[in-house]
Amino acid sequence: MADFEAPCLKDFLEIPPLNKHSMAHSKPFLAQPSHNEALGFPGELVENWKEKAIEKLGELLEKNRALRVYLDGCVKCGACTDKCHYFLGTGDPKNMPVARQDLLRTVYRRYFTFAGKYFPKLVGAQDLTRELLDDWYSYFHQCSQCRRCSVYCPYGIDTAEISMAAREIMDHIGMGQKYCNEILGKVHTVGNNLGLPEKALANTLEGLEEDIEEETGVAVKLPLDKKGADILLVTPSADFFAEPHVDGLIGYAKVFHAAGANWTISSYASEAANFAMFIGSYEQMQEVAERIRQAAIDLGVKRIIVGECGHAWRVAYSFWNTLVGPFDFLDQDYPIPQHICEYTNDLIEKGVLNLDKSKNDHMTLTFHDSCNVARGSRMGDKPGGQFEIPRAVIKAVCNNFVDMAPETIKEGTFCCGGGGGLLTDDLMELRVKGAAPRMQALKDVREEHGVTHMAAICAICKTQFAKVMPQYGMKMNNIISVHELVSNAIILDGHISEDEGDE
Amino acid sequence: MLTIVYASLFYFATAVFIVGVAWRISIYARTPAPLKIPTMPAPITKQGVAWRMTREIVFFESLFKSNKWIWLFGWLFHVSMALVVLRHLRYFTDPVWAVIGIIQPIGLYAGFGMLAGLLALWLRRFVLERVRYISNPSDHLMLALLVGIASSGFLMQYVERVDVLAVKAFMLGLMYFNIQPLPANPILLTHLGLVVILMIIFPFSKLLHAPAVFFSPTRNQVDNARDKRHLASWAKDLDTKRGR
Repeated sequence: MADFEAPCLKDFLEIPPLNKHSMAHSKPFLAQPSHNEALGFPGELVENWKEKAIEKLGELLEKNRALRVYLDGCVKCGACTDKCHYFLGTGDPKNMPVARQDLLRTVYRRYFTFAGKYFPKLVGAQDLTRELLDDWYSYFHQCSQCRRCSVYCPYGIDTAEISMAAREIMDHIGMGQKYCNEILGKVHTVGNNLGLPEKALANTLEGLEEDIEEETGVAVKLPLDKKGADILLVTPSADFFAEPHVDGLIGYAKVFHAAGANWTISSYASEAANFAMFIGSYEQMQEVAERIRQAAIDLGVKRIIVGECGHAWRVAYSFWNTLVGPFDFLDQDYPIPQHICEYTNDLIEKGVLNLDKSKNDHMTLTFHDSCNVARGSRMGDKPGGQFEIPRAVIKAVCNNFVDMAPETIKEGTFCCGGGGGLLTDDLMELRVKGAAPRMQALKDVREEHGVTHMAAICAICKTQFAKVMPQYGMKMNNIISVHELVSNAIILDGHISEDEGDE
Repeated sequence: MLTIVYASLFYFATAVFIVGVAWRISIYARTPAPLKIPTMPAPITKQGVAWRMTREIVFFESLFKSNKWIWLFGWLFHVSMALVVLRHLRYFTDPVWAVIGIIQPIGLYAGFGMLAGLLALWLRRFVLERVRYISNPSDHLMLALLVGIASSGFLMQYVERVDVLAVKAFMLGLMYFNIQPLPANPILLTHLGLVVILMIIFPFSKLLHAPAVFFSPTRNQVDNARDKRHLASWAKDLDTKRGR
C-alpha cells in the first residue's frame, strides 16, 4: 500500500485539529473516454467546461428542490463540522460537510445570487476556476454520501445531495470517475457490476449448490432464470463470489429452502447495486432499475426481494417506485420491494425456521448499521425497523450480541469509509482513514465486551472492512454477513449435523 | 425631512422584504423534489411529519442532537428574539393586544437573552478553529448587525429614554399612510436604520434559512415510498417516454 499510515486509535475518538490540504492529493482515476461516452457523457473535459458546468448547475437548481434549498439555507453554524468520518479520519477542513458544500455553494453564489454577483468577497463567492474544479473532483470524491451530516443539520442539509449534483455536473463536462462509470457500463451491457456473464453465473450458482449439499447433505437450490418462480432475488453481484458476501447468499438460499419458497435469480438483472445513485444521475439510475423491473415481468414473479446491499436497498426502497413503478404486476400483499432481512425475520417470528443459536457461540457479534439502510430506507412497518429487524435476526441466531456506542450506530452510524462510489484501490488512503471512527467504536466493544466479529448487511461495507480491518490490527474475516450467521444456525430437514455422532 | 427619509426607507424595506421572501418561497415551492429523501427514521404519516417539523422549528431538535453549546446559544437567541419582536408589536397595535401586554415584562429579559446568545455565537466564530474556517465576512456582519440592533435597543431602554409614544405614532402612521413626525434621536435612528438594513438583506442572504427549513425534503417528506408513488413533474415526461 502507498505511503500513508492508518490513524492510530486511542482510547476515544478525538476531533482532529485542522490539517489544511492534507487530502488535496486524493483523487480517483478519471474515467476513460469510452466509459463516459457509453453513458452518454462527453469522453473528455470539454473545451467550454466552465460555461457547461454553470449551465448544468442552473438546470439542476430548477430540477431539484433539495439542491436549491440547501445551497441557500446554510448559516455556517458549525453543527456538522465534526460529523463526517472523512474529516475525523483526515483533519482536512474541506472534509467538513459545510466546507465540502461550500465548494459548490461558492459557485452557486457567484453565478446565481445577487449577493454573490455584486459582493463576491463578502459572501465567499468565487469564479469557477480550474483549481476549484480540481477541488471539486478531489473532495466530492471524498464524500461517501452517507448522510450522517444531514441527521445533525438544523435544516436537514444533506451533503449527499450536493455531492451527487457536483458529480452529475462533472460527468456532463467530461470529468467522470472511472470506478463508477466503468461499472455502470458493465451493468448496461452484461447485467451486473462485475461483468459476470450468464454462463459464469450459472456455474457459480451450481458450485454453491454442490458446496451446500456437501456441507449439509441437503440439496438446496439456487435457481437461475426460473420462469414462473414466485420470488425474484436481486442481490449485489459481490454475493456471487466475494468473501464474506457469498456466505450470506448461501444463507438466503437456505432460508428460501426452509420456507419452501419458489424463488429465482435473474441473469438479466443479476445486480442489486445501482451506482447511478453515486453519480447523481436520475436517468442512469432509472435505466439500471428498469432491468430489474423487466426481469420481474419476463420471469413472471409475484415478489421481489433484495439481498444484503446498503445503497441498493436505499434505491429499491426509496426510489424504485418513483423510477420504474408502479409495480402493479406484483402481489400487492407483500412489501414491494422486500428486504431479505424482513423476509427472514417474518419467518423467524412465525417459527418457520429451525434455528440452533449455539452454532454461533464461538463468536461475539456486533452490528454495523450501513448508512444507506440506516438513514436512507426502512424495514418493516415502523420507523426504525431498519435498526430493529437486522438485530432481531442476529439475536435469533446468536447468543452473544453487543451493540457499539449509541452515537455510532443506528441513525448516527459511521460509514465504513468505502461507500458512495469510493470503493476503489485508487482511493485506499481515504478509505483507510475514513474507516477510523467505525474502527474506534469497534475497538471499544472488542476491548470491553470481547466482541470478535462485526456483522453487516451491505456488500460495500463488507468489502471495505475486509480490506481495512487488517490496517487496524483486526483480521479480514472479522466482518461477516448477517445471513452467514443465519446460515450457520439454520437446521434444514435432512440436515447432517457435524456433531451428530456425539449425541 | 428625517421623517420622510425614514418613512420612505421603511416602505422600501418592507416591500423588498415581502416581495423578496415571497419570490424565494415561490422558487422553493415550485422546484420539484424528484426523489424521496427523508432522513430516516422518518414519520410514516403527514401528521408525523408535522410533528417532526414542529420539533425542528420550535426546539431545534437536530441541532440539539448535534451540539449542545450551539443549540443553547442558537435557541436562546432565536426564542429571545421572537419574544422581543412580539414585545415590539405594541408599537404597531392600538389598543395593544392583551397577549402582547403579558409578554411585555418577559420581553425585556428576553433582550438580554438575545444579546447573550448573539455574543456567544459570535465568539465561537473567532475562537473555534473549525467555525473560524467556515466563516465568511458576511457571517460576521450579520451578527454585528443583530448585535447593533439589540444594543441600540438596550441604550434606549436603560440609558437614554426616547419618546416611545411618538415612535408609536410614527409606526401607526406608517401603517395607515398618515405619516407622523419621528423623534430625531440618534440612537433611535440607528436602531431603526439597522432594522431597515436587516429587512432589505433578508431575501438575499443566509437569513433565508428561516423559510428554507420548511422546504427541506430530508425533513418534510413522509416515509411512504413503497406505498405511494412519488413523481416529480419533469419525471412524468420520462415516464411517458418509457411508455407508461
